[in-house]
Amino acid sequence: MTPIMLELLGRSIWETLVMTMASGVISLVVGLPLGLAMVATGKGGIAEQRWINSILGALINGFRSVPFIILLVALIPLTRLIVGTALGTTAAIVPLAIAAIPYYARIAEVSLRDVDHGLIDAVRAMGGNRWTIVREVLVPEALPGLVAGFTVTLITLIGASAMAGAIGAGGLGDLAIRYGYQRFETSVMVAVVAVLIVIVCAMQWAGDRLVARLDHR
Amino acid sequence: MNDISTAPGAPSPASTQEVVRLTDVTRRFGATPALDGISLTVHRGEILGIIGRSGAGKSTLIRCLNGLERADTGRIEIEGRDITGLAEQDLQPMRRRIGMIFQHFNLLSAKTVEENVALPLKIEGLGKTERLKRAGELLELVGLADKAKAYPSALSGGQKQRVGIARALAAKPALLLSDEATSALDPETTRAILTLLKDINHKLGLTILFVTHEMEVVRSVADRVAVIDAGRIVEEGPVWSVFSDPRQPITQSLLEGIRPQLPEHILQRLSPTSGTEAIISVDVSGPAAQGAVFNDLSTALPNSYRLVHGGIDHIQNQPVARFFIAVPTHDPALAGNVQQFLKARSARVEVLGYDTDHA
Repeated sequence: MTPIMLELLGRSIWETLVMTMASGVISLVVGLPLGLAMVATGKGGIAEQRWINSILGALINGFRSVPFIILLVALIPLTRLIVGTALGTTAAIVPLAIAAIPYYARIAEVSLRDVDHGLIDAVRAMGGNRWTIVREVLVPEALPGLVAGFTVTLITLIGASAMAGAIGAGGLGDLAIRYGYQRFETSVMVAVVAVLIVIVCAMQWAGDRLVARLDHR
Repeated sequence: MNDISTAPGAPSPASTQEVVRLTDVTRRFGATPALDGISLTVHRGEILGIIGRSGAGKSTLIRCLNGLERADTGRIEIEGRDITGLAEQDLQPMRRRIGMIFQHFNLLSAKTVEENVALPLKIEGLGKTERLKRAGELLELVGLADKAKAYPSALSGGQKQRVGIARALAAKPALLLSDEATSALDPETTRAILTLLKDINHKLGLTILFVTHEMEVVRSVADRVAVIDAGRIVEEGPVWSVFSDPRQPITQSLLEGIRPQLPEHILQRLSPTSGTEAIISVDVSGPAAQGAVFNDLSTALPNSYRLVHGGIDHIQNQPVARFFIAVPTHDPALAGNVQQFLKARSARVEVLGYDTDHA
């Protein structure tokens, strides 16, 4: 590979990491409370509100059922409103985050719902309020699952970010399509795939390590 | 050990003797009543055991006492205060006066032992150093001072329940509720936990209300027992007296494994009308059992009976005796005389039937 190609590869790695991390963090910050809200308002939850639960569930399902490539295009007006432009790496963060939020919310919901109801009883019996239950029981007890789910979300985002090339976001997927596939530069294709394998393995390894440290069950 | 006494927050004078008073409490799940008119009083410093089969309403009852479950009708007074109408927020301060331990311990796996014990104090708003200091004292009380930094997953079942007890005591409650606290433990660990609870009752004067399905647990720690069946209290009284004279079929059946029973092979060949021996059950308990009842019977009516089966148990320091005797029927008056003699000594006697073959 030429030095120019190497530089291109380096920039693409950076773009992919920026898109993945930024949208990942947003999905965590918004998706976790959403998952909590789903569990809290659900049947037998600490703030049971069945109709709010139904509305949230329908909203999550709605966003999750739209294919990402369509979401990417459909959200252009919103992206322009938030970022000021509909093109480039920063612009791609908006649709990526909006796709990842309901995804992570569901993953968080599953982990939070798995928390033994007896633990909630124990803290209620101590005189704890809902906020205490969230802070001392639900989140800490579900933490290993929440972290493992976040790892899955990040890795899924790496895959989704490949499509973001469609709105000029760059990144590894875009590089592989334009150089490796369309210009028959097999070495670029091989390099991109190798880099992706390394990134995915590293993320999974780091995630697993963290889960093992957090899990005291 | 400094100051692990019951809490301040002095109760109103009218309620000093009664920690819990239930009046006609009902609770239904759909069409089935889980609690069907329960009235019950728990006095300060006593240990009350509620026993029943699974599904009798025990857990619902105990969960109503701290508002984890709501009663449909009736009054639930804790230290003189009716809690039935209270909103969730108003129940929270009241719950701090009540500790609770559970069958499956319900320790938070993400927190260390000392953090678990300190949690009720964190909820109360106590500072970190203070609450960890008190958690240390409590862990010493339950004999687990060396496990303060361990996570619950590293503990055995008995140790987990000790942590559960320390945690329940952290906020200096006026009442301790125990929901089948020993049901998941082996017999040896159960005894150790029961001894600890009894100790705490003595040392701190703590009122304890527990539910269980095991008579053995009632026998070894309770002062008073209430038998619950199909959502109703069917029998209630001091443990020794209920054990010596169970009136309800459900109580008798719950006691089966713990009181002497007529051996099955004798029971099967009993005839209701005739035989060479009358089989008579003799129940004598309390002060009446202190004397030498059978010795006196032998003196008064020599060769009048033979012992078939039975034994003497001591419950709450009271002797509770139950024997089965066989009285020959060749002298028709003998069985009557024996019964009369025993009744005069405050024993309860009952002719169960006649044995035809005692070979």
